[in-house]
Amino acid sequence: MNIQATDIATYNFAYLDEQTKRMIRRAILKGIAIPGYQVPFASREMPMPYGWGTGGVQVTASIIGPDDILKVIDQGADDTTNAVSIRAFFKKVADVAVTTETEKATIIQTRHRIPEAPLHAGQVLVYQVPIPEPLRFLEPRETETRKMHALEEYGLMHVKLYEDIARHGHIATTYAYPVKVEGRYVMDPSPTPKFDNPKMNMSPALQLFGAGREKRIYAVPPFTKVVSLDFEDHPFEIQKFDQPCALCGAEQVYLDEVILDDKGGHMFVCSDTDHCEKRREDGHRGHMAPENESRASPSSSAGPSPRKDGEEEAPTLTPPSPRPLRGEGKGEGQHQTFEKSREAE
Amino acid sequence: METQAIDGGFANPVFDAQAVFRAVMDAMARPGTIQPCGGLTVPPAPLSPVAGAVALTFCDNDTPLWLDPALQASAAAKHWLGFHSGSPLAHTPADAQFALVSSPAELIALENFAQGTQEYPDRSTTLILQVTSLSSGENLLLEGPGIEKAAMLAPTPLPRHFVEQWKQNRARFPRGVDVILAAPEGIACLPRTTRIKTMEA
Repeated sequence: MNIQATDIATYNFAYLDEQTKRMIRRAILKGIAIPGYQVPFASREMPMPYGWGTGGVQVTASIIGPDDILKVIDQGADDTTNAVSIRAFFKKVADVAVTTETEKATIIQTRHRIPEAPLHAGQVLVYQVPIPEPLRFLEPRETETRKMHALEEYGLMHVKLYEDIARHGHIATTYAYPVKVEGRYVMDPSPTPKFDNPKMNMSPALQLFGAGREKRIYAVPPFTKVVSLDFEDHPFEIQKFDQPCALCGAEQVYLDEVILDDKGGHMFVCSDTDHCEKRREDGHRGHMAPENESRASPSSSAGPSPRKDGEEEAPTLTPPSPRPLRGEGKGEGQHQTFEKSREAE
Repeated sequence: METQAIDGGFANPVFDAQAVFRAVMDAMARPGTIQPCGGLTVPPAPLSPVAGAVALTFCDNDTPLWLDPALQASAAAKHWLGFHSGSPLAHTPADAQFALVSSPAELIALENFAQGTQEYPDRSTTLILQVTSLSSGENLLLEGPGIEKAAMLAPTPLPRHFVEQWKQNRARFPRGVDVILAAPEGIACLPRTTRIKTMEA
C-alpha cells in the first residue's frame, strides 16, 4: 500500500500506451502486406515537435522490445542532435541497449540515410519521413493523390522527371527520388540521397517508414523489388564523388562536404560515421586524416564519436565544427536542387 | 461471469504483446518462415493459446472481431475475448477487421470478408486461422515480397479450395485479405502479396 510517488509517475514501456501501440502495430502489419502503400494511422503527440522524427519514433516505440539493440542515425551520423536525442529518449523510456555499430543493431532508426555496411536479415530499418506522398508536390489534394495511387496513375511523376531532363539535360532529382515498389506503388523513399536507392532493392532487412505529422506508415518487406523511376534513354544513376573520404579514404560511399574555414577550405568525409570509424580502425587513411590519430576505440554505446577528437587534433586546420549543421549544406557539391520544404524532418 | 473468462490472459501484457507482435511482424515480412510464439495465453477451448495471444495483441475496442461458428457457439471463448480485448463482435464478415477461425476447413469463402477499397486497401480483414500444423499438410510453394527465392509451408487444415481462393485474393491486389496462421509450433503469415503454387503444378 506504500506506493512511492516515483512508482506512479512512470511511463509505460517505450512511452506509448498499449492501445496506441496496438493501433500502430495494426498499421505496420497492413503496410507490410501492401508494400509501398501509405497506411493512415492516428499519430500521437510525442515529447518532441513534429519534424524531429515523431513518425519514426512512434514506429520504433511500437516494435521495440527489451532485447533489442537500437542504433539511431541522422544523415548517417550517430553523433548529431537528432540521433543523440532519440537514442537518449529510448534509453530512458525503454531501457534498451544502444549501439553505433550497424552490424550489432536490431533496430536502426534513420533520418535520411541507409548505412553503408550491408544490412542483414532480422534487422529493421525505421525511416523518419517528412512528406510520405511522392505526388504531393505535383498534386496537393489528398483525395486526388489517393485516387492516383488507386488507379496506378503515375504519369505525372514521369512528366516531372521528364521536365528535369528538358530543363537540365538530366534527371536533377537527387534525394527523395521516387521508387516503384514491387511493380505497383510509387513510393517516396524519404529524403535519402538517391545514392541510397539501390540499397532498398531486395534488401534482407525490413524497412518501415513513419511520418508523424502526415500520419502515415508504410513499409517495404525484405527481398522486395524497389526500382527507381527513370527512362530508357536516361537511366537512373547515383551520385558519384571524384574524391575519396578525406579521413578514411573510402570510395563508393556517400560523402558530406565539411567547410573548414572562410577561405574556401573544405573536405569531403563519409556521411556514415560508423563506417568511417570502422575503416580508420582497420588502418585506412584518407589524405586529411590526422598523422597520429589516437587509438581510442569507438565506444559501442551512445556518446560523442571519437572521430571528433581525431579531427580536433588535425595538424593543419581547425575545423569549426566537424559535422555540417542540421539543415544546412549537406553535401552541397552534389545536390543541384535542394528544396527547403523537403528538408523538414 | 465464470473465472474461465478472466484467467489466462497475458501475464505481462506489455512485453507479451510486444513479443507476439514481433513474431507476427517477422512472419508477415518473411512469408513461409515460422516464428516461434510460446503459450503466452491460456484461453478456453476451442480457442488455441497461439491464436488467443495473437487476438489479444491486435484486437481492442477499435477492432470489430468476427468469430467462426465454432467460436460463436462457445460462450466461454466469447467471454474470454470480450474480457481481455474488449473487441466488439462484427455483425457480418465484411465488417470485421480481424476474424478468428478455429476450424479453417469449414470457413466461408475469403471474398465474404472485408477486402478494403482501391483507395484504402488497408481496410480489409486480417484472418487468424487456427491450424494444427504448419508442416504436415500439402506443400505450398510461396513466392513474392519477403521471400528471396521461394519458401515452403505446409499448413493444415486450410479452407476449402484454398489455393484457388488465394489466387483470386491475389488477383484483387491491392485489395484482399491477409492471413495469420496460428499453429502450436508458432506463427506463419500469408500477406496478400504472396503467390502460392502447389507442388504438383
